[in-house]
Amino acid sequence: MLDFQQLVEIVKKIVNDLRIDEKATPKAIIIPSSEIKKVCQELYQNSSTYFDMLSCLTAIDNGPEANTMEVVYNLYSIPFNHHVMLKVILPGENPEIDSVSEIWRTANWHEREAFDMYGIKFNGHPDLRRILLPADWEGYPLRKDYKHQEYYRDVKVEY
Amino acid sequence: MPTDQVQYKYKPNNLLDSEPNKFREDGLRAEEMIINLGPQHPSTHGVLRLEVLMDGEIIKEVVPHLGYLHRCFEKHAESVPYNQVIPYVDRMDYVASMNSEHAYAMGVERMLGIADQLPKRVEYIRVLVAELNRIASHFIAIGTYGMDIGAFTPFFWVMRDREHILRLLEWTCGARLLYNYIWIGGLYYDIPVGFEERCEEFVKYLKPKLSELETVLIENEIFVQRTANVGVLPLDLAINYGVTGPMLRGSGLRFDLRKVDAYSVYPELDFNIPIGEGKKGTIGDCWDRVWVRMQEIHESVKIIEQCLEKLQKEHKRTKEFDPQAMVPKKIRPQAQDFYVRAENPKGELGFFFRADGKSDIPFRCKARACSFSNLSVLPEISQGVLVADLIAIIGSIDLVMGEVDR
Repeated sequence: MLDFQQLVEIVKKIVNDLRIDEKATPKAIIIPSSEIKKVCQELYQNSSTYFDMLSCLTAIDNGPEANTMEVVYNLYSIPFNHHVMLKVILPGENPEIDSVSEIWRTANWHEREAFDMYGIKFNGHPDLRRILLPADWEGYPLRKDYKHQEYYRDVKVEY
Repeated sequence: MPTDQVQYKYKPNNLLDSEPNKFREDGLRAEEMIINLGPQHPSTHGVLRLEVLMDGEIIKEVVPHLGYLHRCFEKHAESVPYNQVIPYVDRMDYVASMNSEHAYAMGVERMLGIADQLPKRVEYIRVLVAELNRIASHFIAIGTYGMDIGAFTPFFWVMRDREHILRLLEWTCGARLLYNYIWIGGLYYDIPVGFEERCEEFVKYLKPKLSELETVLIENEIFVQRTANVGVLPLDLAINYGVTGPMLRGSGLRFDLRKVDAYSVYPELDFNIPIGEGKKGTIGDCWDRVWVRMQEIHESVKIIEQCLEKLQKEHKRTKEFDPQAMVPKKIRPQAQDFYVRAENPKGELGFFFRADGKSDIPFRCKARACSFSNLSVLPEISQGVLVADLIAIIGSIDLVMGEVDR
């Protein structure tokens, strides 16, 4: 079984520019957004890591002051029983990142949800539509500066 | 009429405008048609809408449309303190609230660093009620599945037995479905006096009923004909789609977070993990999934018996025992990201928290719902089957739309 340091070494071979968040559980590696697909592909294929399951994919808005967004990937390897969290920091305006739905197909719906709630664009996603909200809803509700529309189909949104 | 009284103006295209179809009618070839299934149809187990592209009677593609039960769990969770999120957690998977509460409470306790200081009695009561709820949830899954297939009687049988569980759980906390019983750091109440005895009585009553159910439904030849070799989910596909719980075990992988993560007091309890063996057809077919659920009920009964024994001997009810003793007055975890997961009846329920260390309100609380990931595999396994088999496949996933849409 790999420990976290060995895992960081494997990721370091692909990206030099990484940071580590030791406080997170499971421990997190923060990587630049352009490298996400390469890193995921390596972690998925490498026979010593073999992260075959994407447990959770989510996004976070850090608020208007920080003006950044994050995408968080929780990976899990069933045969080795180890976890890792990958974090990617994106700009607050027009956040874009490569889709990982080719690697784990479960990412398809999770990325749609992140798009639905935060407006993050996943490049290369096969079917990027809203998933939980109606297609003609305005705005991205989980952004910290979100203000809901006044009327939706002549129904007052505020109740 | 004053305009402020008009709440909703009917327009014929409202449904399709809010959630447009993926396929267009004018793009269809000969013999092809689009069938809309749901959102109000009993066999979709809630408000799931499926757009089905068919070629004659064979399904070419299924497109699920979600969101008809979206109640903004994550938005709500960002606006109330950690302890007040629990009632919302209940309403996600409303047939297995205790399990969801257990997962959520465990996550916050681990963030606070009090998870290993809880009294053993609290942990055993949590596992006891969670396993009772797991049985209730599997009963719903099996009963409604039987009804989808056309067997009406077993549904009444399981509802009758589930009623006993609901009464037991109502006795502990006053609510039948949405309990708010497991609190961060403890429980709302100790279990009532006489609960252990009543629960033992129930277990004694339940055991013969289970074998009855197995004979009349699971082993029934008509049921087997409808479910065996239908909707086969290969293991690699299941893992790639993030499928967990009885669906993953039905595909033949012995993977249960109660054993893998060994949380709470599960390592002290003795139980097996049933997996699909393809007894009636192929490994990973609909029958295997239902069979795994049936076997899990037996295992849950075993766990309940062991919990009851512990609660009556080692960790008895005493006057000094206060289930709320460890409940923190102020829940303010240090700044951190945290992912916690637990085994719900339907699979891996995960919570992702970000605490900012400055407030009692989660900065971000994401629920990784098991039904959501389990449903995402549906388009893949229902290609090339008949409509009646599609209904069988949906039922075998054991969806709760409250959890899919959150």
